[in-house]
Amino acid sequence: MATIEKVETPEGTRRRVAAKPSTWVVWFLVAVFFVFLVGILSSVVVDSFAKQWFGTWLPPEFTADWYAAAWDRFDLTHVMGVTLLVAVAVVVLSVLIGVPAAYLLARRNFPGKRLITLLFLMPIIIPPITYGIPLATVMYNFGLGRTVLAVVLVNLVPSVPFVIMTMTPFIEQINPAIENAARMCGATMKDVFLRILAPLLIPGILAAAILVLVRTVGMFELTFLVSGPRSDTLVVAIYRAMTSAGGAEARQLVSSMAVLYTATMLVILVIALRFINPTQLVARVKDSSDD
Amino acid sequence: MAIQAGSFRTLELTDVGRSFGGHNALTDLNLTIRAGEFIALLGPSGCGKSTALNCLAGLLPLTHGTIRIDDERIDTLPAEKRGFGMVFQNYALFPHLSVEKNVAFGLQMRNVPKAELKKRVAEAIALVKLEDHARKLPGQLSGGQQQRVAIARAIVLEPRLVLMDEPLSNLDAKLRLDMRTEIRRIHQNLGLTTVYVTHDQEEALSMADRLVVLREGRVQQVGSPEEVHTSPVNWHVADFMGYRNMLDLEVASADADRVVVAGSGLRLRATAVERVAVGDKVRLAMRPEDVRIAPDGAAPAESIPATVAVVEYHGREFAVGVSTASGLTLHVRSDHAPQVGQEVALVVAPERALVFRSSLDAADLSEVERDLEEVRT
Amino acid sequence: MSTVAPARTPGSRKDGRSTASLQHRLAERGIDRSLLMLLPAVLFTFALFVYPFAYGIGLTVQPNPDVVEKWGGGIFANYVAFFSDPFFRDSVWITMRLALPAALFNVLASVPVAFKLRGKFRGKRALTTLLVLPITLGTVLTAQGLLIFAGRQGWLNRFLMDVGLIQEPFQLVMNYTGVFLSLVISGFPFAFLLISSYLSGIDPSLEAAATTLGASWFQRFRRIILPLLAPGLATTFILTFVLAFSVFPSARLVGDATGETRVMALMAYRAFGEQIDYPMASTVAILMGVIELAVIALVLLWRSTFYKGSTGGKG
Repeated sequence: MATIEKVETPEGTRRRVAAKPSTWVVWFLVAVFFVFLVGILSSVVVDSFAKQWFGTWLPPEFTADWYAAAWDRFDLTHVMGVTLLVAVAVVVLSVLIGVPAAYLLARRNFPGKRLITLLFLMPIIIPPITYGIPLATVMYNFGLGRTVLAVVLVNLVPSVPFVIMTMTPFIEQINPAIENAARMCGATMKDVFLRILAPLLIPGILAAAILVLVRTVGMFELTFLVSGPRSDTLVVAIYRAMTSAGGAEARQLVSSMAVLYTATMLVILVIALRFINPTQLVARVKDSSDD
Repeated sequence: MAIQAGSFRTLELTDVGRSFGGHNALTDLNLTIRAGEFIALLGPSGCGKSTALNCLAGLLPLTHGTIRIDDERIDTLPAEKRGFGMVFQNYALFPHLSVEKNVAFGLQMRNVPKAELKKRVAEAIALVKLEDHARKLPGQLSGGQQQRVAIARAIVLEPRLVLMDEPLSNLDAKLRLDMRTEIRRIHQNLGLTTVYVTHDQEEALSMADRLVVLREGRVQQVGSPEEVHTSPVNWHVADFMGYRNMLDLEVASADADRVVVAGSGLRLRATAVERVAVGDKVRLAMRPEDVRIAPDGAAPAESIPATVAVVEYHGREFAVGVSTASGLTLHVRSDHAPQVGQEVALVVAPERALVFRSSLDAADLSEVERDLEEVRT
Repeated sequence: MSTVAPARTPGSRKDGRSTASLQHRLAERGIDRSLLMLLPAVLFTFALFVYPFAYGIGLTVQPNPDVVEKWGGGIFANYVAFFSDPFFRDSVWITMRLALPAALFNVLASVPVAFKLRGKFRGKRALTTLLVLPITLGTVLTAQGLLIFAGRQGWLNRFLMDVGLIQEPFQLVMNYTGVFLSLVISGFPFAFLLISSYLSGIDPSLEAAATTLGASWFQRFRRIILPLLAPGLATTFILTFVLAFSVFPSARLVGDATGETRVMALMAYRAFGEQIDYPMASTVAILMGVIELAVIALVLLWRSTFYKGSTGGKG
């Protein structure tokens, strides 16, 4: 902090005294936030390994039995399988549908472009429940309720627009003259796409794919509306375990599932952070020149 | 040399025009290009030269007009089917492909057999002298080398027509001169038909067989470098071709081809390029190198008296800024360095002082064009 | 170019435009075959978003008979029920009371933190990476963690009591506070990362220029940074508000689902999943969307009063 303060307060000591309390407040806020974060995470981890934990600082006995118990009790092999299947299907489909659309929105002007952009934006702005409930109703009407297909379809609704919004700036970064050059070399639209754009867009597609993966694995609301016992993803299974009728399941069972969930997400995210900047997880790519 | 230009007799642009949202970027371009010609489209930025090139390439659709090669209509063909090669301003090399693969790309698109492809790529790379860099990526090359790759990529296809969009504008001054010679050499060796866009008049004059000078989307003059350089048809072309001294004067007397212009305390004999009558408001255009400072003591008749204001050393000679008694500023050349503040007499040969009408827009248009103009506005 | 051209110049050049092919003239307007690339996305959006949405709106005016019987109002019985029944009506207020302060807190707390942490310093990447961590937790683990960590017997209360700051454990979960905490834990990193990226888009030389003109720290912030940051703040507020507004799992898991955190999303789900009253569920869902969009519209209106140009850098 000291170096930053020096830059901002050229005339030194007088201002530094004034700046100090604000610095303290900021660090206090960050510290409180991290206390909660670490507290939440470690209590769940500790709890998941506790034989019993009640009214003490630390549990008297540790065990890994809860993981085995949760795995059997909730058929996690199946749940994990569904989660993976749904995530991969959503990623592949949303990239296939979203990237060509993003290309067109980034490069071209055509009548009704604003309207279509707005249409693509809507599922990101509107609360998932708002379109999720009518969508789920339609799914049940078509007899798709509680199927894995329905889970994939509902998750595509926010994912496709998300891919479009993430890819558009990536595509805008590519000099259109490169595409023109390829066409002057005799390349058709298909060749331009497959041999020039696709290789250049790989980093962007990777980033978008990983973000969609994270969001799909973490998506509760939409999945919950259409999934049933045989098509629950991990996050929905945990929710059901926490709220099951006739009293919740043993707390440690839920904790061990939650730890599994976080571990999965962490693996995805560690991979993701090799390719993308944390800011991109929430914002559109805009700091490519951030150096 | 195995690389050869694809052949045709003439390429004809008829009434080619292009407008962007009501604004005419290019109007009524009529031009016949003969095979093997090097044509330069010349003009300041925004004059429509790049629009013309992109329309020719097929990268921009025409708003009206037709383009034909011999009797084949090509303006309806997409860019990839026209069989032209193009060199872009920023090179537009494929950043993920090596030099070889960049050059090979177009041949692959045409499904050229592997053995022939290898041979032709090697020849094209040799032609631009990049044998040592064939396996590098564009990002590892200097600007000049990237430019050579772009040229190799365009010519390896043996295109009917090569289009170049300000290919030298991103290079430094020395490299630009080298590449100029290089492009000219390749053009002559291969007999390529070339359309070259530039805003640099020197570049255009030194490279092209014919120049097309554009302004605000309209052709001003078509001619050989010498024609355009020595006899511009209006003051806009003159201005662009380096007639840096422009004076607004009036016609005092006029006979067959010599006129006397006067005003602001000056009186000069000059050559009328356009038809003018006594009393007309005109523009007198002179190149700095045509206006000399008379030797000391000699003050010939019809010289311009002036005071030296600025002296710049330009290598072989001096560029001198002078101002006349009435406050006009003139740029002249001198082989000796005059003193700032010194009184001098300027002389110019009457045939090198050109007189143009000062208003050219409405007067210049033919009757039909004026009709169209009315409709458009 | 105008359509009267043929009439005005008979014969001479009336075919001036038509010499270009139809294909070109369509392409001129941006219509050609490449638009087909948009087709999958458009079809998809219509099938899975527009159609269900329209269907849902249709459902809202086909109320179940018992709703009509109880509340009247004919085809608008669902809306009548929503606005007459305090059980439904209050959920709007309950949702707002939760989402607005949470979104506001996340944005306002992010500004000073992002401001202090901008620029380069060692460990910046580590810190931002840590801030992304809550995304991996997800609402469900956050809920479970809050229950254990901030519960009556959790580490937090235990620590505060041992230190002697409090006598009785704080009631931090199963109520408003629990949901609020969960919204901050998931929303704050999001807001922070967004605002950081907006802040990095403001050209530092602007601030340097203001300094050379004699502006103090506060003046620079108030007169230069804040106006340039305001559109970004509005966007961040909207996005965190959208997250908080549709809060659902945490309202149930760490909140008081029948009392002070009976949010609209819960009401909608209850009608959908428990009472199997699809028309009523759609009504609540659609009204949720309408109310949310109204808030967004207000924020955008407020934002439109600010400088709209570029922020002098990327951004």
